[in-house]
Amino acid sequence: MADKKSEIVLDPLFNNNPIALQVLGICSALAVTTKLETTAVMCLAVIGVLVASNVTVSLLRNHIPPSIRIIVQLTVIASLVIITDQILKAYVYDISRQISVYVGLIITNCIIMGRAEAFAMQNGPVMSMLDGLGNGLGYSVILLGTGFLRELFGAGKIFGQTVLPLVTEGGWYVPNGLMVLSPGAFFIIGLFIWAIRTWKPAQIEED
Amino acid sequence: MLEQYLSLAVKAIFVENMALAFFLGMCSFLACSKKVDTALGLGFAVIFVSTVTVPANNLIYNYLLKEGALSWVSPSFATTDLSFLGFLTYIGTIAAMVQIVEMTLDRFFPALYGALGVFLPLIAVNCAILGASLFMVERDYTLGESAVFGLGSGIGFFLAIGSLAAIREKLRYSNVPAGLRGLGLTFILTGLMAIGFMAFSGIAL
Repeated sequence: MADKKSEIVLDPLFNNNPIALQVLGICSALAVTTKLETTAVMCLAVIGVLVASNVTVSLLRNHIPPSIRIIVQLTVIASLVIITDQILKAYVYDISRQISVYVGLIITNCIIMGRAEAFAMQNGPVMSMLDGLGNGLGYSVILLGTGFLRELFGAGKIFGQTVLPLVTEGGWYVPNGLMVLSPGAFFIIGLFIWAIRTWKPAQIEED
Repeated sequence: MLEQYLSLAVKAIFVENMALAFFLGMCSFLACSKKVDTALGLGFAVIFVSTVTVPANNLIYNYLLKEGALSWVSPSFATTDLSFLGFLTYIGTIAAMVQIVEMTLDRFFPALYGALGVFLPLIAVNCAILGASLFMVERDYTLGESAVFGLGSGIGFFLAIGSLAAIREKLRYSNVPAGLRGLGLTFILTGLMAIGFMAFSGIAL
């Protein structure tokens, strides 16, 4: 049993990563990764909503008629996202301004709908919580990796602290503008997927 | 007046392309772009739904949710601010609109309904649609502007997914490194397309 639990948490990290393999939740993922700070806040928000929605849906699963389950799931998720948004606005207002509409877009983030539908509807609350945690962490691994590279090479900083001194400020590093722009995020995630699939050849797609 | 709408449309279609500049609707963008036919079907459905839902949400926001919006009911509601209920209302409107559009098409345009098929219900959870509504609220568009913005962002998504699918069909004959096949390459392709679309930035009519 303990094995199965750790498997549920650890599996989505690399073996069954929500972004790299399941193609879920890419929508809101890319735009917030220009800085590590916003990335971290976004990851926490997604993990929180994912765990809470999985537990709620799992508790309700025997009471939801199949024909209206999507609406029920959406309502649960939307309510949780509203709470998250209000909390972010109250405690980290500046960051919540920067993330802007992407907090709201957690509602349509397919990781959350996908896990509610695929896992929480069939499993008990404890397992669902672990599944939510695992998938949230898998999402965060890719996001934090992308955010790290984009902020480091695009602005020479990590968490707002200068690591590579910029030329404009008397240092030696010429920032790579591509990293800050949207195409940079696509390239980095594409290369991440390449790296993961070279490491785990079982994930290669036969096209 | 007309120029203003035209400039907003160009901005929504090219400069602020939903898929390539804001990363919205990425899940279906990547998943449904293997064939040109399905990609175009999804693109049409998105144009349709976003043109309907963005103005609808605009009315809801201005007459029900915004601070003081309820004062037409009774003056005592003049300070009521329901905007925190926004997400729940918008997603509800979108789901309801998708349902209505689906039933109307089924009843009056069965051919189009058959062509769109499974994509219509999927659109309810397409973030490009919800994103368009949220941008509309954040930028305070009027009713006319939000109709143009909804149409424009739908067309932008249509163009992007259509061209990505065309490229992917051609790519089937190339020899791609094993680990990059499928999803990985699609990401890099999207990146290159996004660079292409950046050429439009700064254009204002």
